[in-house]
Amino acid sequence: MTAPATGRRRLAGAGAVVRRRLLVAVPVLAATSMGMFALGAASPIDPAQQYAGAAAFTTSEENLAQIRANWGVDDPLPVQYARWIGNLLRGDLGWSTSRHEPVTSVLAARAGWTLLLVGTALALVLVASVLLGTLAAYRRGGWFDRALRSVAYAVQSMPVFWIGLAAIAVFALSLGWLPAGGLTDITATGTDPFDVARHLVLPVTVLAISQAPWFVLFVRDAVAESLRDDHVLAARARGLPGRVVLFGHALRTALLPFLTLVGTHLPELVGGAVLVETVFSLPGLGAVTVEAALGADFPLLAATTLATTVVVLTANLLTDLAYAAADPRVRLDD
Amino acid sequence: MAIRIKPVRVAAVLAAALLAAAGCSSPTASTSGTDNAATLVVATAGEPDTLNPVLNYGVDGASLIFDGLVARDVRNELVPALARELPTVSADGKTVTARLREGVLFHDGSPLTAPDVVFTYQAVLDPAVDSTLRSDLDMLASVTAPDPATVVFTLKYAYAPFLQRLALGIVPAKAFAGQDVNKAAFNRKPVGTGPYRVTSWTPGDRLVLAANEKYWGGEPANSGVVVAFVADDNVRAQRMRAGEFDAAELAPKLASGFESRNGYRVHKVPTADYRGVMLPMGNPVTGDLAIRTALNAAVDRQAMVTGVLGGAGEPAFGPVPPTSPYADPSVAGEPAADTAAATAVLDAAGWKPGPDGIRVKDGRPAAFTLMYPATDSLRKELALAVTADAKKVGITVTPEGLTWDAITPRMKNDALIMGYGTPYDPDFVSYKLFSSAFAGQGFFNPGSYRSAVTDAALQKGRDSADPAARKAAYATFQQQLAADVPWVFLTYLQHTYVLKDTVTGVTPRVEPHEHDVANSVWWNVHTWTKKS
Repeated sequence: MTAPATGRRRLAGAGAVVRRRLLVAVPVLAATSMGMFALGAASPIDPAQQYAGAAAFTTSEENLAQIRANWGVDDPLPVQYARWIGNLLRGDLGWSTSRHEPVTSVLAARAGWTLLLVGTALALVLVASVLLGTLAAYRRGGWFDRALRSVAYAVQSMPVFWIGLAAIAVFALSLGWLPAGGLTDITATGTDPFDVARHLVLPVTVLAISQAPWFVLFVRDAVAESLRDDHVLAARARGLPGRVVLFGHALRTALLPFLTLVGTHLPELVGGAVLVETVFSLPGLGAVTVEAALGADFPLLAATTLATTVVVLTANLLTDLAYAAADPRVRLDD
Repeated sequence: MAIRIKPVRVAAVLAAALLAAAGCSSPTASTSGTDNAATLVVATAGEPDTLNPVLNYGVDGASLIFDGLVARDVRNELVPALARELPTVSADGKTVTARLREGVLFHDGSPLTAPDVVFTYQAVLDPAVDSTLRSDLDMLASVTAPDPATVVFTLKYAYAPFLQRLALGIVPAKAFAGQDVNKAAFNRKPVGTGPYRVTSWTPGDRLVLAANEKYWGGEPANSGVVVAFVADDNVRAQRMRAGEFDAAELAPKLASGFESRNGYRVHKVPTADYRGVMLPMGNPVTGDLAIRTALNAAVDRQAMVTGVLGGAGEPAFGPVPPTSPYADPSVAGEPAADTAAATAVLDAAGWKPGPDGIRVKDGRPAAFTLMYPATDSLRKELALAVTADAKKVGITVTPEGLTWDAITPRMKNDALIMGYGTPYDPDFVSYKLFSSAFAGQGFFNPGSYRSAVTDAALQKGRDSADPAARKAAYATFQQQLAADVPWVFLTYLQHTYVLKDTVTGVTPRVEPHEHDVANSVWWNVHTWTKKS
């Protein structure tokens, strides 16, 4: 009954932590964006040639120079950076030279789908890995544990795109249960939520499966470890039922480092999402980011980099807050 | 207990928030209630960056959404489109007059008038507009509209194939009033006069087109077309196998899997897109005519077509495709390697085999570097094939895969696998590629090939209005190239498409290199029907 009150007390210093993290975030974001521009300056790729595509080989040098001048990409780096920051402060993320539209509309049209994919896959990974890992730990060395570990090692060694293509071959082509790709039926006239959900089953599952081994093995080891902890042994000695000991005592201790793992693993999940988006032809941020990098499209690249940095910083902050809420030894206010 | 379930609850809240966020940004829902049975679905790898012809969308016509003053028929011959008849050229070749077809409407219902044509071409010429087409319209001095149904182009110099440049789609001037052409909303939601109007475009996913019932060329035979953009070859093949598409462009090896499959057929469409080895004159080895002639004889083009291209290609012997009326059949050689001829040429020129089998002349070994763009697997395989063939006649080729920025500064001295080609007019690419005036200028004639005969022939082909004189000039040009061998032409590519048997009305025509929404096998999709 005292849990909510304790929770509130434990999060007492949260406001200060958030403020402190925000202060740190500003220089981190500034450094990230400057790094982006410095890399851009070092890149030998000519954005005008990339923009012209195949026409670059039949386009005269004056023509390309004129386009570069229109974009101001030949200006000195500090000038370009100052211009970009100035626009950013006015809420203008700039013009994407590879997509021919404002960066904000590229993000608006695509970030949602990537977030949906990553978010749902993450939720699935968390639930599945906690359940499976705990069960495996409970019967350590049993057939379920051994099978789970073998599968986890096998999956860990398979490239995401391979799992994706295999899933399409089985579930879309042989069995015909699910669509092979795209966001909606190809002739659909809108984005019906059920249609989208049906199309996301395979990509979400593939992304989740490809990311799960780490989490499953981690939970299994952590729970197995904590099953030998004093307080768990004590609980067992008091004659509490196995289920209560497992979920109430062992898993609870084991979950603490798991939170850190989630926070640090997020970038890898985003990386996997890029590949999954390609295999399942989803219009997410993955493909445009690759295109932006190849096309030296720095406004778009800077924006996606910043967005990713923000997501990672937020995830770390949430991890720390969750840690404080879950572990009585962690105090935010000291 | 409350604490224990927290991570799960956080994840659930997160997922819900994400769902809401994604819901807000769903792509534009369409309003069309078309009959799906008669909608055709085609899939391609290449997605246009914009749908504005001024910014390079479908500039050679067949763009489905727009029409040019002229269009091309199944043999790629010019036919009038928005122009009532083919535009007339003045005696000095410097004034071209087009009379507009009457009663043509844009998709928004407004009529097409001469100021729209003027606006389109002026936008291309405007330095503030990021158009790469300006390079193709070098000769255009001005364009005016003396009356609402007449457009007059004034050229800086007589340019025989000018009408070929009039396939560019015409955009409505009023859609751009007060707007920056580079950033106009039109570029993503265009309005044209073509057989289809744009219902929605979700970049990275698909372009939905609905039939334009008021199309001046007659109502399309189907109710609409969906173009799916699937960049990955394997994914496109799998989705074709799952039956999602009526037609898809596929790599030759993937397409061949459909040949034996019930309900599908494969079309191999010839193109004017060639690959060859550019041999720079500045390199002492490739600068020697004997080496170039020997290489030209030593390469096994037939083996490249079968092995590298999976049968989807033809041997190439010059920059004018065999399907062109300007092609000179006399330059075509043997598709297989002629090692004996190659060795004879080298022996006669004093390139004697050294102890290691590599030929040597005046102490210099017959060796050079052959660059190719590392990301292009086709060019890589061609480079390796050339290397193997050259070795058989005692020439050492060192293939080197590089990025374009590493290739560009070395083109004066090192050989390079290049690709070009257009089916429309022999002047288009070859004038800049083989004229001495363009020697050493970027990708135009990077090997600094110089021949007075070639220069004169290319100029005559550009200046002469008489088709017979042009044909003679381009025959001279092709023969001179065959004698000088500034390039070893290897193969013409074929584009391969898989179509469902239920689709009828498909009539492929020779394609240029670029083929995505525009100018693919579905160039005349408005006449296609589907049996359901």
